[in-house]
Amino acid sequence: MNRIDQTFTSLASANRKALVAYLTAGDPDFDTSLQILQTACASGVDVLELGVPFSDPTCDGPIIQVASDRALKAGMSLSKTIRLAAELRRTVQTPIVLFSYYNPLFKYGLERVAKEISEAGVDGLLVVDLPPEEAGPLTTALTGKEIHLIRLAAPTTKPDRIRMLADGAGGFLYLITRLGVTGTGGLDYADVAKHAAAVKAVCPHPVCLGFGISTGADARALAPVADGLIVGSALVRVIAQAPADSDLPALVAAKIRELREGMDA
Amino acid sequence: MKSSTYTYPDKSGHFGCYGGRYVGETLMSALMDLETAWNEAKNDPAFMGEFRSMLKNYAGRPTPLDFAERLSNHIGGARIYLKREDCAHTGAHKINNVVGQGLLARRMGKRSVIAETGAGQHGVATATIAARFGMSCKVFMGAEDVRRQAPNVLRMRLLGAEVVPVTSGTSTLKDAMNEALRYWVAEVENTFYIIGTVSGPHPYPAMVRDLQRVIGDEARQQMLDQVGRLPDLLVACVGGGSNAMGLFYPFLDDPCAMLGAEAAGEGLNTPHHAASITGGSPGALHGAMTYLLQNDEGQIQEAWSISAGLDYPGVGPEHALLHDLGRVRYDGVTDLEAVEAFKLLCKFEGIIPALESSHALAAAIREAAKRPKDQAILVCVSGRGDKDLDHITAYMKAHNL
Ligand SMILES: Cc1ncc(COP(=O)(O)O)c(C=O)c1O
Repeated sequence: MNRIDQTFTSLASANRKALVAYLTAGDPDFDTSLQILQTACASGVDVLELGVPFSDPTCDGPIIQVASDRALKAGMSLSKTIRLAAELRRTVQTPIVLFSYYNPLFKYGLERVAKEISEAGVDGLLVVDLPPEEAGPLTTALTGKEIHLIRLAAPTTKPDRIRMLADGAGGFLYLITRLGVTGTGGLDYADVAKHAAAVKAVCPHPVCLGFGISTGADARALAPVADGLIVGSALVRVIAQAPADSDLPALVAAKIRELREGMDA
Repeated sequence: MKSSTYTYPDKSGHFGCYGGRYVGETLMSALMDLETAWNEAKNDPAFMGEFRSMLKNYAGRPTPLDFAERLSNHIGGARIYLKREDCAHTGAHKINNVVGQGLLARRMGKRSVIAETGAGQHGVATATIAARFGMSCKVFMGAEDVRRQAPNVLRMRLLGAEVVPVTSGTSTLKDAMNEALRYWVAEVENTFYIIGTVSGPHPYPAMVRDLQRVIGDEARQQMLDQVGRLPDLLVACVGGGSNAMGLFYPFLDDPCAMLGAEAAGEGLNTPHHAASITGGSPGALHGAMTYLLQNDEGQIQEAWSISAGLDYPGVGPEHALLHDLGRVRYDGVTDLEAVEAFKLLCKFEGIIPALESSHALAAAIREAAKRPKDQAILVCVSGRGDKDLDHITAYMKAHNL
């Protein structure tokens, strides 16, 4: 059974919600990134989203844009991201979702991506700029692999399309909480709750909320309305804002505990 | 008459394996709404009538077809005819597309428009139409281009637009487009994004082509009326590729050769160029599958050109298809060749072309020299060069020209 499915099944039976953490691979560099990821997985993260740095991250706000730049400047790439995932998998059982724009995957070769990430122990793939209409070739490449293609739904998605997205989703459905790109804040809890309930009603998979969730208070307010919460920019910002020579893994772990406590409250 | 052999894009917005919609889910419903609205509008005689009337009375169409006699004699080969988009209101072909999308925005009830711009011509055109229609307007422009194209920044501000300098990435057109897309995702419910070329997600490439085809429709008729025959060769510069698609499209079923001039910057054998087709490989950027400048791991590379309007690491997806089909040939023109063609047009014809258009002229001159005098080459002068004067003066000084 895919690690993502195992995780959601056991969380559901314990009546707990999933904390999904996004971190940019290789931010601020390969070795530090590996330590941060290992510590994050030991500090209450249920699913890890590992971001492949990209030169033109049009779906991301400034925090993740800058993280992507930092990682690229430190020499990060898709092949090194896959190596990072493989190294992480040696010590960690947390499900890993590779989070990418389509171009790095396409250029690398979809068959090759499928083979290498599956060997690395990756459990899911989420491609932010690849709607189902364009996903045929990637779906074909993933056939026979234990890898879920995670789909996204947005506040602008109309009901018919939500049903289509939900039916074809694998692992969990990533429900975008608000308009705009990734970043912190801008959430209207009541709006999000209403939208989440409507989507959960038609989705046969766990539904996780992402975009804007950044504090323990957000986590406390939104955990009850979904199966999991996705936090990205708020974690990446910890890395960006830390003074030189900080213990980055410890700082990220502290932020994760804040979110975890909010969710479990 | 157009035969049915060329019917791209297909229903899903693909030009063969190119085009499509590579965007975040948040934009999908806006793109589907736009596609529906455009399909209705283009089949509505009242809408198309208003479009034609504005092109005539506001944009100053038809633009002339002009025989470049002294230039042709100087080269001593094929005769060169100029399609004079530099004569259109705001000084470039960009106005054609913007009049159409502006009318569509109004029809869809949108009160604010956004645009990306490189050379500033598309930004100026968008600011112009926003003023005309009383809409609010934001133009995203790379900080580097804000510097290179200062006169156009001033024009946009005078026209009431807000110019947003973009400092992410390489601070040029690609980053302006990234930022426009990010803004659009946040404001998608009230904002109409006027993309300036035949790129972006479906339906933009086809819609912009259909709005720009007036260039080729007019030129084809003008060649028949004034010269009594079709040209042997069509030439246009290719940034995103809108003036080229506009010129080429109505001739696709004619026995005319076609040449797209890409910016070869300091040379195709250097890393400093913007030739996505002749020097790139397929990939997905800004909503479409097409040719891109990128490294082996799919990171987009910086484009380079003396011309801000060609300084883009991608190209419209229909050009990618026309290249693969062998219907259009694409070739590089260096900064230096473009500047030399610029000087020749000034000297022999009394026309100051845009640096973008100078790439097409250089390619046309190169071809004319190889062809006999009884052949005709039609080249699109996509815009006028007033905006480039400071930049070109500095270039000539630095290169002792
Ligand atoms: C005068 C002129 N020509 C050409 C271009 C390139 O655009 P396209 O390839 O879409 O015609 C521009 C873009 O800014 C321009 O201003």
